[in-house]
Amino acid sequence: MITKARILELLDYVKDPEIPAINVLELGVVRQVEVEPDGKAIITITPTYTGCPAMDVMAADIKKELLEAGVPAVEVKMSLSPAWTTDWITETGKRKLKEYGIAPPEKTADIRALKGKQPVVACPQCGSPNTVMLSAFGSTACKALWKCNDCLEPFDQFKCL
Amino acid sequence: MSQQDALFTYSLRLADDLLILSHRLSEWCGHGPVLEEDIALTNRALDHIGEARNLYTYAGQVEGKGRDEDALAYLRNERQFVNTKLVEQPNGDYAHTIVRSFLFDAYHLPLAEALTKSTDAQLAAIAAKAVKEAQYHVKHSSDWLIRFGDGTEESHRRAQEALDNLWTYSGDLFVMDAVHQDLVKAGIAPDLTKTKAAFDATVDRVLAEATLKRPADGFMATGGRQGKHSEHLGFILAEMQYLQRAYPGAEW
Repeated sequence: MITKARILELLDYVKDPEIPAINVLELGVVRQVEVEPDGKAIITITPTYTGCPAMDVMAADIKKELLEAGVPAVEVKMSLSPAWTTDWITETGKRKLKEYGIAPPEKTADIRALKGKQPVVACPQCGSPNTVMLSAFGSTACKALWKCNDCLEPFDQFKCL
Repeated sequence: MSQQDALFTYSLRLADDLLILSHRLSEWCGHGPVLEEDIALTNRALDHIGEARNLYTYAGQVEGKGRDEDALAYLRNERQFVNTKLVEQPNGDYAHTIVRSFLFDAYHLPLAEALTKSTDAQLAAIAAKAVKEAQYHVKHSSDWLIRFGDGTEESHRRAQEALDNLWTYSGDLFVMDAVHQDLVKAGIAPDLTKTKAAFDATVDRVLAEATLKRPADGFMATGGRQGKHSEHLGFILAEMQYLQRAYPGAEW
């Protein structure tokens, strides 16, 4: 019998296709997991950025992972509300992002970031706070491009949303 | 017009603006003046198309005739598109591209903020997602407009020229016809005279910092919401819809 706990275990293996360092649970996109009496799993996910092309891939990957593990039927639902926020990335997720070389997002409670004031972002390579944003738009919809003035390395920052 | 028809039309208006602007911005892909801007514009195009997809899907559900997002984007002709004339204007030089986006962003952010309070739950949910991205958009286009306006003599001249050229199309953003008025009464669509105040405040603040002059409201080119467009939309659709017209039902 497939339990909810088992489903969550399996979801641990579904990575963000664009940032394979973290999985869908750590990213905070899985909003609800239900298992029906017949064993069918219904997974509700929420998009990060509205147009993020990784969402379709994530939905397909979730289906594949669960079906291959013997879950008899899987439905992935997309829910827009409440809107995803970077605050839903777990602490483990944030640590993994940093280890992967992506500066994790600051708290949205720090609304200054959204209103245009530059947040202080530590370089994920050397830890220096002496960094500068090169562009608010980076290699994917969720990232901004930064540069460290001390180790001179460029790096991605997960944008606060 | 029933409320269902009005809601369908309104959702299309919101979606068409975003799709057409997104298409224009995507034309810069691989041609951006610097790498960061190439990436910025394509990112913005992605945000717009994401919101448009949600709105088309919803419009299709409201209409209830089985049309999905693709049918609405690819299988309507020019006169059936109800975007503003602003978003279909050509990219021109970078000043034109930035001014077009700036005028749209200054309109879009307060609109999305107001829509989060819509009595229509789905429009509110889509807007709540968009509003955070829209804040990044306003920041991006404002920064560039200030840099151009308060930059060199040439960048100032070209920014002012773009503003003067595109201003006439900004009126289309705030037209409230009977369809819109009905939805305002139902609490579904925001009263645009209110969001116009926020638009004016953003425009005045940014133009002041950019040392640019706000053009006077003279003749305003409207009619986009009724499907009356400039000659440019047809060319956009010819390119955008080619595949679906040539190979109906083609899927990736």
